[in-house]
Amino acid sequence: MRAFVQLMALAALAALSPAQAQAPTGKVTVLTSFSKDVTDPFKKAFEAAHPGTTVEIQNRNTNAGVKLLEETRSANQVDIFWASAPDAFEVLKGKKLLQLYKPKAAGIPAKIGAYPINDPDGYYSGFAASGYGIMWNERYAKANKLPDPKEWQDLAKPAYFDHVSIAAPSRSGTTHLTIETILQGEGWDKGWRTIKEWSGNLRNVTERSFGVPDAVNSGQVGYGIVIDFFAFSAQGAGFPVKFVYPTVTTIVPANVGIVANPPNKATAEAFVEYLLSPAGQEVLLDKGIRRLPVRPETYAKAPADYPNPFKDPSLGGKVTFDSGLSSARTAVVDTLYDQLVTFQLDGLKAATKAIHAAEAALAKKDNAASRAALQEARDLVAKMPVTAEQAASPEIRAAFTGGKEKSARQAELEQQWAASAKAAYAAAEAKANEAAKLAR
Amino acid sequence: MATAIEAPRAPARRFTATPGQMLLAALIALFLALFLVIPVVTVIYVAFTEKGTGAFTLINFYDFARTDLFIASFWNSMYVATMTVVLASLFALPLAYLTTRFEFRGAGIVQMLGFIPLIMPPFAGAVAMQLLFGRNGTINLLLDDWFGFKIPFMEGLNGVVFAQAVHYFPFILINLSAALRNIDRSMEEAAQNLGSHGFRLFRRVVFPLAMPGYIAGASLVFVKVFDDLATPLLLNVKDMLAPQAYLRITSIGLADPMGYVIAVVLIVVSVAAMGASAWVMKGRDYATVQRGGGGLSKRPMNRSQAIGAYAIVLLILFLVLAPHIGLFLLSIATVWSFSPLPDGYTFAHYARVFAESSVFIKNTLLYATLAGIIDVVLGTAIAYLVLRTKLPGRHWLDWTASAALAIPGVVLGIGYLRTFFDVKMPDGTSFASFWIVIVLALAIRRLPYALRACYAALQQVSTSLEEAAENLGATKSRTVRRIVLPLMMGGMLAGFVTSFATAAVELSATLMLVQSTSDAPLAYGLYVFMQSPAGRGPGAALGIIAVLLVAVCTLISNWIIERNQHLRSTRT
Repeated sequence: MRAFVQLMALAALAALSPAQAQAPTGKVTVLTSFSKDVTDPFKKAFEAAHPGTTVEIQNRNTNAGVKLLEETRSANQVDIFWASAPDAFEVLKGKKLLQLYKPKAAGIPAKIGAYPINDPDGYYSGFAASGYGIMWNERYAKANKLPDPKEWQDLAKPAYFDHVSIAAPSRSGTTHLTIETILQGEGWDKGWRTIKEWSGNLRNVTERSFGVPDAVNSGQVGYGIVIDFFAFSAQGAGFPVKFVYPTVTTIVPANVGIVANPPNKATAEAFVEYLLSPAGQEVLLDKGIRRLPVRPETYAKAPADYPNPFKDPSLGGKVTFDSGLSSARTAVVDTLYDQLVTFQLDGLKAATKAIHAAEAALAKKDNAASRAALQEARDLVAKMPVTAEQAASPEIRAAFTGGKEKSARQAELEQQWAASAKAAYAAAEAKANEAAKLAR
Repeated sequence: MATAIEAPRAPARRFTATPGQMLLAALIALFLALFLVIPVVTVIYVAFTEKGTGAFTLINFYDFARTDLFIASFWNSMYVATMTVVLASLFALPLAYLTTRFEFRGAGIVQMLGFIPLIMPPFAGAVAMQLLFGRNGTINLLLDDWFGFKIPFMEGLNGVVFAQAVHYFPFILINLSAALRNIDRSMEEAAQNLGSHGFRLFRRVVFPLAMPGYIAGASLVFVKVFDDLATPLLLNVKDMLAPQAYLRITSIGLADPMGYVIAVVLIVVSVAAMGASAWVMKGRDYATVQRGGGGLSKRPMNRSQAIGAYAIVLLILFLVLAPHIGLFLLSIATVWSFSPLPDGYTFAHYARVFAESSVFIKNTLLYATLAGIIDVVLGTAIAYLVLRTKLPGRHWLDWTASAALAIPGVVLGIGYLRTFFDVKMPDGTSFASFWIVIVLALAIRRLPYALRACYAALQQVSTSLEEAAENLGATKSRTVRRIVLPLMMGGMLAGFVTSFATAAVELSATLMLVQSTSDAPLAYGLYVFMQSPAGRGPGAALGIIAVLLVAVCTLISNWIIERNQHLRSTRT
């Protein structure tokens, strides 16, 4: 019953409020993928800064949030969409579900690392930045006597076999960006080789982003490939975890945008302005949040070893992220990872284990024939069913979107890719075993 | 096969449909059409369309059959569902048998505790089980320390079987116990007079008579496990059918047909499993005439028997309650990471959630109670129509309602949004944002549980009792009210309790439908907490609150029904 009254009050409010800007009052509904640890401090701070307002948080994962806005567009009830993945905002923008709004807040640079902070078209704004890296559990590392990793390539070392976890890129916008960053930073073939080499050491591929830090925090898995704030907020909560940014990383903004036809436009705008204001940026330093502010001056108030992408050029400077290229091949890259790694993990791990064994045998007693066989095994694992050009070609993209130019259906392509990976991994395992035998 | 009493050619066939029964059937059909069939069809018709053009095609089913991953997933799901039934039976049979058949002190408590695993809030259960049984969980860390080896409890398909059996075995326990209590003592006495005793008595007489309850529970476990996606996903097992459907629908998108093809396969297998369980029972009569004998005679145990029985019961209870023990530890833990037990203890998490959870508690109680009542009313009505009338198409009601078990929650949620979002309430807001919609979604999703329980209960009521009442001049509705319903009461209660308890912790459909925090149930609050490192403790605390809440409500409803039955029997 109370919900009824609230909804009616809201409808009345929307009808009464004239088009021009006015003092923000009433309820602003925020659809977000951020956890309570992030939303609660902002809710409190905003309500204190603007008496008479209430922030209503609706928590969904990013995909579900996008779907909700799509399904409810005929009578939209949401004012703000607030999430990490820039892709989701691109999708919403493409479907005309976002309202054009240029924030008035001044003093925010155009770029962080090599990435533009705000949408050039003005549909959404970056309010915090995050980079990708490796997080690990110190107790786990100590118990298993494992060294600290620095680069992605380190995770491919035999020592880390069965100790690493990642969220499937098809399930996690942030992991997708990690994969895409490696592909853009190292090139298609070399990038996939790196990715598959450390993927052979995976313990599991989770289906939610938070599954990875959760497993690392509790010590079920030692190492996780995660977005930085998962590690920082875990440290804030007292977990014995560490984090490192590899050189090939991207600093990407987390965003906020006003939904098209917001029920409470004035308060929605005030909310966006607040996030970008000096006071709002300081909330990001809260120990349950720990994200990188987009205002350079806010870092002065941060704890000692807080990473600062505006000062530290190595952070995200190495790769110039091409979001056009990324969005052109999103579905293909995600499906490739799922078909070649996620669903073929057992085969890939068996091949990787055999390669590690052959390496160990070679290290004891060198042998040219064995070395050649081992290289062959490595190449078999790295082999890709499609080239970079094919991945972005209209034929393959059409298979995923259902367009006219398609040469095959998505399900057919998936079966082909999976079958070729399965065969390649089995052949690689055999080759590696052969190499090990030769080295003996 | 056991000599289950061959049916004295079902007298039920004699009944024909009255106008009242037809009206009832029509109303149920309308309800199912509006809140199950139409919303689901608006989503899964995609399975029969070509991507991009939307033209009708069956090519997607051909692709399904040709994709190794889907075929492997299908057999994996079959394996897991079957093995879970076996393991769940191993958990449930001793508990049900020992507590109903012997003078077993604490039988009530055992039954109560045995029910609790069903109340496992989403996310929390798997997190807690990993902390205890995982690769670096309490047990494996200790084993590794002491003996230098680990046991992979939670790895791969067998890990899923273990977790699912722990979670779902109460379906068998509840239904089997209800059936055992309903058996007429004179059957057992007759068998004993004829010289049967011990295990033979159990195998040839007692268990066959309790068969409706066992089959009801086992088929529920099979279908539920076959269609469950949360547990495999939380254990990172993806090559099963339900997780594949979910992953495709939520990551590739609503336009991808393969996700819905899998959903169609899930629905077909589930309905087939339900059909098979009905077919197994066909042509047999499980009804016993005499009532009030109060089930099997309970016998005392001698000392060694008692010790053995308690040891078995305690071991099983420890295993199946482990997730809750882990969850409780987590809710009072400061930091728990790579260690057998938490680093320290605190009640701060409870303090944090208590302030804000009262609205969640109120909503959860309201929604789950309403959903449970709807389910029992519908379940009883459908069971009655199927078993006691000859209405054409009555089995379709049963099959349709059971198919709800196979609908992934997210499909139902999206279907509701599509169907009801543009239906406006008198005040102009959307029907889909009205909290009643959450109740309806919960009721539809939990209807199969209540239906199976009511069905089994009615199967055990002999039609000759109804005939006797009618011969004495009672009208049909009076007979139902005064004879059938009171005799079904135990089964109906079991149905209500399972629907209520599982609805109270359901998340997947609710997550799509919750439009405002003031309308959100507990499970949603828990989900929100469980997404951050600092929220793990408070989330676990909320989970414990949910479990206690549902357990207390279950106890109260048990007590009320028992008191009523007691009053009734003393009055007559």
